[in-house]
Amino acid sequence: MAEQQQGERVPTVIADGVHIVYRVNGAKTGKGSATAALSRILKRGEERGVRKVHAVRGVSFIAYRGEAIGLIGSNGSGKSTLLRAIAGLLPAEKGRVYTDGQPSLLGVNAALMNDLTGERNVILGGLAMGMSREQIKERYQGIVDFSGINEKGDFITLPMRTYSSGMAARLRFSIAAAKDHDVLMIDEALATGDRKFQTRSERRIRELREEAGTVFLVSHNNKSIRDTCNRVLWLERGELRMDGPTDEVLKEYEKFTGK
Amino acid sequence: MSETTHDGTVAVTTPVSPDEGLTAARLAATYGLSVSGARPSLVGYVRQLWGRRHFILAFSQAKLTAQYSQAKLGQLWQVATPLLNALVYYLIFGLILKADRGMGRSVYIPFLVTGIFVFTFTQSSAMAGVRAISGNLGLVRALHFPRASLPISFSLQQLQQLLFSMIVLFAVAIAFGSYPSPSWLLIIPILALQFLFNTGLALIVARMGAKTPDLAQLMPFIMRTWMYASGVMFSIPIMLEDRPGWISDVLQWNPAAVYMDLMRFALIDGYGGGNLPPHVWALALGWAVLVAVGGFVYFWKAEERYGRG
Repeated sequence: MAEQQQGERVPTVIADGVHIVYRVNGAKTGKGSATAALSRILKRGEERGVRKVHAVRGVSFIAYRGEAIGLIGSNGSGKSTLLRAIAGLLPAEKGRVYTDGQPSLLGVNAALMNDLTGERNVILGGLAMGMSREQIKERYQGIVDFSGINEKGDFITLPMRTYSSGMAARLRFSIAAAKDHDVLMIDEALATGDRKFQTRSERRIRELREEAGTVFLVSHNNKSIRDTCNRVLWLERGELRMDGPTDEVLKEYEKFTGK
Repeated sequence: MSETTHDGTVAVTTPVSPDEGLTAARLAATYGLSVSGARPSLVGYVRQLWGRRHFILAFSQAKLTAQYSQAKLGQLWQVATPLLNALVYYLIFGLILKADRGMGRSVYIPFLVTGIFVFTFTQSSAMAGVRAISGNLGLVRALHFPRASLPISFSLQQLQQLLFSMIVLFAVAIAFGSYPSPSWLLIIPILALQFLFNTGLALIVARMGAKTPDLAQLMPFIMRTWMYASGVMFSIPIMLEDRPGWISDVLQWNPAAVYMDLMRFALIDGYGGGNLPPHVWALALGWAVLVAVGGFVYFWKAEERYGRG
C-alpha cells in the first residue's frame, strides 16, 4: 500500500473500459402476450425474451485521493449506474473497476422497513451498512438529533409509515450519513428535507468529504456540483463525454443543455 | 459563472504523473487497489458473514415484526395463523376425508398438526428463499454485504415463526393426551437439523431464483407436490401398503418426511419408533449437512453476479 505523500497523487478508483448492461425480462417485443412469450422460449439460442440495455459504454478514468468528483449528464445517461459499478454493486459486463478499500453508496433506503419504528430502522440501517451494534449505540442519539425527527414530539418510536415524506427522507439521510467511508458516493441526496435540514446536510456532506479519501457526487444541481466538486465527469448516453476541472466541464455542459 | 470552487487547493489539471502510460491493471497493482465487487474466498466469505451476524438476525426479526404490524391484533397473528391452519386441515382431512387410517384420533390430530407445521417450515423457507435475491434487488444494488445474508436471514425468520407455531403444537399434543416427556428434548436437535437443511435449500433456490425469477411462479406447485409426497396428512407406509415397498421407502427417505417423522416420534406418545424408517437419524443429519454445505458453496460461486440486471 502506498502511503499518501505530499504532492504525490494516489489513485483510489480506477475504471478501465467499464461496460454495464442491464437485462430486462419480457420487454423484447411490444407484444407481451403469453403465446409470444412461449414462442420465444421455444426458439432456443440467444436469450430471446430478454432485452439488453447498454447503460454504460466503455468508461475509463482514474480518481485520486482528495478529489471530489461530480457526475453530470441528462437523465438516463448512466450516472447512477456507473456509481453502482464503482461500488461493486452492479457487476460490469466488460472492463474492470479497481478500488482502494470498499467504496460505499450513501443511502440505506432499501434496507429500511416502513412498518417498523424509526428507532428500529436506525439500528437496522446501521447494521445493514456494516456498523457494529456498539457503534450504532454510540451514534444513535446523534443520528436522531441530526434528523430532527423528535423536534415535533416523540416520532422516533412511531412506525416510519406514519412519517411525512420529508421526515422519512431526513431520517434516511441521517442514518446513511452516520458512517465514515473511504470512497463515498452520493446520489442526489442533497435535495431532501426543508431549508434548515438542507444546510445541515450540506455541512455533514462536507465533513464526510474531508474524512473520505474520494467523493463522487451525482446531481442535477449545477450549483451543488460547483460548491462541492473540483473535477467533473460528464456522461452522455453512457459514454464519457468530458472529464476535467469543474468550471471547464460545466461551461461546456451548460452550453450543451442550452442554459 | 462568478463562483469559484471552495477547494482551490487541489489542483486538477490533465493528469501528469510518473504513472502515466501504465495499464490500469499495473497501476492498480502498484497502489494496491483491488477489483471492485470481486468474489471473496470461501473462508473470507464465511468470515464476512459472521461479521454480519447481527444484521442477519436483526433483518429476520424486523421482517417478522413488520409482517403483522398493520393488523389490529398485531403479533397475536403469529400464533393465530398456525392455529387456524391446523383447524382447516383438521376439518378437511380429519373430519371429512377421514385420512386417519390405522391411527386413533388422539394420535392422528397431533400427527397431522405436526406434519403441517414441520412441512410449512421447509416450504416457507424455500418460498422466501427463491425471492431472497430477486425480490430484494434494491437492497442488493444499494449496500454491501455478503449476499448469503438474505436467504439465511429469511430462513431464520421462518425458524422464529415456527417457534410460535410450536406453542400451538404443544397445546394440541397435550390436548390429545401426549404429555411432556424427556423425548420432547429431541425436538431441539431435530429443529436444528431441519433449520440447516432449510437454509441450504433457501440458498440453492435463491441463486436459481436470482437467475430465473420465473421459478417463484413455479415454486408453489413444486412445494405442493412435495407436500403430498411426504405424507403430511397420512402415514406413508400405511397408505402405500399394497404398492411395491421401495416406493414408500423412497418417499420416507425424503428430507421433509424424515424431519416430520422424527418430530412426531419425539412429540406423540402413540407414535412409536416402529413408524420410523431405519437409520433415520443418519438420514436427518446427512440431508442437513449435505444440503447446507452444498447450498452454501453453490450460492457463493455466483456471489459477484447477484444484482446484475
